[in-house]
Amino acid sequence: MASLWYGGLLRLGSGFSLSCLALSVLLFAQLTGAAKNFEDVRCKCICPPYKENPGHIYNKNISQKDCDCLHVVEPMPVRGPDVEAYCLRCECKYEERSSVTIKVTIIIYLSILGLLLLYMVYLTLVEPILKRRLFGHSQLLQSDDDVGDHQPFANAHDVLARSRSRANVLNKVEYAQQRWKLQVQEQRKSVFDRHVVLS
Amino acid sequence: MVSAGAMSTSGNLMDFLDEPFPDVGTYEDFHTIDWLREKSRDTDRHRKITSKSKESIWEFIKSLLDAWSGWVVMLLIGLLAGTLAGVIDLAVDWMTDLKEGVCLSAFWYSHEQCCWTSNETTFEDRDKCPLWQKWSELLLSQSEGASAYILNYLMYILWALLFAFLAVSLIKTILSGFIIRGYLGKWTLLIKTVTLVLVVSSGLSLGKEGPLVHVACCCGNFFSSLFSKYSKNEGKRREVLSAAAAAGVSVAFGAPIGGVLFSLEEVSYYFPLKTLWRSFFAALVAAFTLRSINPFGNSRLVLFYVEYHTPWYMAELFPFILLGVFGGLWGTLFTRCNIAWCRRRKTTRLGKYPVLEVIVVTAITAIIAYPNPYTRQSTSELISELFNDCGALESSQLCDYINDPNMTRPVDDIPDRPAGVGVYTAMWQLALALIFKIVITIFTFGMKIPSGLFIPSMAVGAMAGRMVGIGVEQLAYHHHDWIIFRNWCRPGADCVTPGLYAMVGAAACLGGVTRMTVSLVVIMFELTGGLEYIVPLMAAAVTSKWVADAFGKEGIYEAHIHLNGYPFLDVKDEFTHRTLATDVMRPRRGEPPLSVLTQDSMTVEDVETLIKETDYNGFPVVVSRDSEQNARQRQEGIVSNSIMYFTEEPPELPANSPHPLKLRRILNLSPFTVTDHTPMETVVDIFRKLGLRQCLDVLRHMAQMANQDPESIMFN
Repeated sequence: MASLWYGGLLRLGSGFSLSCLALSVLLFAQLTGAAKNFEDVRCKCICPPYKENPGHIYNKNISQKDCDCLHVVEPMPVRGPDVEAYCLRCECKYEERSSVTIKVTIIIYLSILGLLLLYMVYLTLVEPILKRRLFGHSQLLQSDDDVGDHQPFANAHDVLARSRSRANVLNKVEYAQQRWKLQVQEQRKSVFDRHVVLS
Repeated sequence: MVSAGAMSTSGNLMDFLDEPFPDVGTYEDFHTIDWLREKSRDTDRHRKITSKSKESIWEFIKSLLDAWSGWVVMLLIGLLAGTLAGVIDLAVDWMTDLKEGVCLSAFWYSHEQCCWTSNETTFEDRDKCPLWQKWSELLLSQSEGASAYILNYLMYILWALLFAFLAVSLIKTILSGFIIRGYLGKWTLLIKTVTLVLVVSSGLSLGKEGPLVHVACCCGNFFSSLFSKYSKNEGKRREVLSAAAAAGVSVAFGAPIGGVLFSLEEVSYYFPLKTLWRSFFAALVAAFTLRSINPFGNSRLVLFYVEYHTPWYMAELFPFILLGVFGGLWGTLFTRCNIAWCRRRKTTRLGKYPVLEVIVVTAITAIIAYPNPYTRQSTSELISELFNDCGALESSQLCDYINDPNMTRPVDDIPDRPAGVGVYTAMWQLALALIFKIVITIFTFGMKIPSGLFIPSMAVGAMAGRMVGIGVEQLAYHHHDWIIFRNWCRPGADCVTPGLYAMVGAAACLGGVTRMTVSLVVIMFELTGGLEYIVPLMAAAVTSKWVADAFGKEGIYEAHIHLNGYPFLDVKDEFTHRTLATDVMRPRRGEPPLSVLTQDSMTVEDVETLIKETDYNGFPVVVSRDSEQNARQRQEGIVSNSIMYFTEEPPELPANSPHPLKLRRILNLSPFTVTDHTPMETVVDIFRKLGLRQCLDVLRHMAQMANQDPESIMFN
């Protein structure tokens, strides 16, 4: 009964944390939209070589409607009637980005990836060691490959039965996990081996 | 089973207002949904809420909340899908460039973001970027030379292998294998998002659009489980999932309308009109959220948004239709080869080593892809470069045209120019890249990693299209006095836009593989922002669909459904055999008689035995067994268990028998019946359009008629 509670709490917790994570990323994005870095907005004009002038690149922090050659190119390297010809070759583009969003997103992603890798290491290395200590050496028989998937806890049923005797948190998590694994195994067997619909 | 003592024999009205049995009416995996029953349950629930809303203010507010919960769910789905797509885009951008080098000022910047802050001011230096260093520069302090090249090559391969290995181990360990229980669960959502980034960054020939639809559906499933209106009714939950799929495609392409049409055409089985409007809302919210995260720094949604408006000419329809034919042929080739390879994976020992397979394919892809600059960069960047028209200031190899030094035209109306050396080099490099992409995608799609098909198809089409476009452009320039060019292409004018050919080629290949029609055209013109190009896109899409349909009716998705043996009755198939219902009906001669339940004379023990002995999910309830053709003995002698009855009133019982069990509520009082002379066409139509259950005999019959193995439909 308590393990059901625990499972439910775990589900609820994971659901909440997922949505909180997503909404916090969104919030960060909106906040960064409000407080733009000075360098994050600019109008960039690239002007190719013209007559004797070598080409040049001009950057300026300016609004989008003013982003053209006349506002950005300062000082103008040519005089008078040549200005129009010079400006016709220049390519001006308005660019903006949000460096804070990028930083936050990458760091959040790397931390989630790191947590998942730690969890994976725990599942593959630490858990069998812990189990061996709790339940004795004889329990952990490895079954052979089934459709290419390794099923490390083939006799989950026995482990389940024995685990009822002790009642601490680790056992409760263990119990919920074993029951889930047993369910998956049963389902797989009935669907792919016996070709029957689950009843 | 409910204990007999719990049931009462009170009046009929109470029966309808009681809560149904727990666990009756919930669906497990691989069960068909009974749409009619779900619809009637939803109507009942709505009627109950409406009638109660007149009682008090609180009930009225509750009814309002119930009405608005649909829109709230759509809003939440759009927000989460847009956010996840933005995170995926940014992370893929960074990790793809991590294979080649790292930014010194801030390690979280990709190549383009790093060069944003560079202070180069001279025109010749406009592509230099000292803040970004390749691995050879970082480790060996050399940027040219053989050793630098080899080191970069090695680092590229190592990073690709690392990403692929991490992705596949995460999937295998945390989701416990590749057959995902909880297909739309929260763990699936998290793992799929994380591994999608890893897999796309490792340089494999796959896209992220297909898996984004799955991610969006997981979001839809999650949010619909928070509201009881959707969590208890599978039919309404499927509507939410249709809308979520639309939101997924919308953020993948930046095409809200295309997303809704894609959901309508490819994804959904049952799409009432109300879902159309809700899907559009979800797609818009998702697109808006993605735009505000702004992953590409230019307020666009997709990396390859193009904006030119150069006109096209009627004579160009001929190469466009040629590209359509190429797309159809490629679609057929890809579908056949991919299905053959996947079937081999399922049946031989090859399928027993999924992790090793992923590692080997990644290694092969990385080793062959690095030398060619068009396969070294990520596929999205390649498509973006191919779609773009060459301006005067482009410095890429593909735009290495011989410029006239006296040219004074403005930058976006450059006349056709002869090709320089760079263009010829680019042409044969593109040809090699095309062959490589065609071959490697066949082996990549269908592996045990999140893989999508849209981007590789578009890349193949774009490469072919660009090559054709450059060919036509050079032909028009050098032979402008031929009859076909004389009318519309004067020398000194900008006649041919190779970027447009690339777009048309991409649409043709995508249509050839997936057999999408309207949604493809809408997605492509939402991608380009130009309504002028609808006619070429339609011409290519129609041609490619015709050519591909000439070789086989199935698109890639239907083919994979058939390969896996899922019991799916497609709405697009037509049943053309002239058989009757009696050919399918059971029992036939020589088979044991029909397993029936009588209406008021079977015991609980009998029913349990019947359920254990047979595999069926539903039983007909008859008045008595004598009404069958084969007369059977009546159940004689009442045993000590209780009697089950399906009628309104309990049967007459001796005084000392235990309390009877009433199960009328799980009885479907109006099942659809067909006579044995109903043509099979009608039967298939009834099952398809009404969405009934128990249609698997129909599927087996259809398979038999098509000379396929009926046992390949796996479910009984």
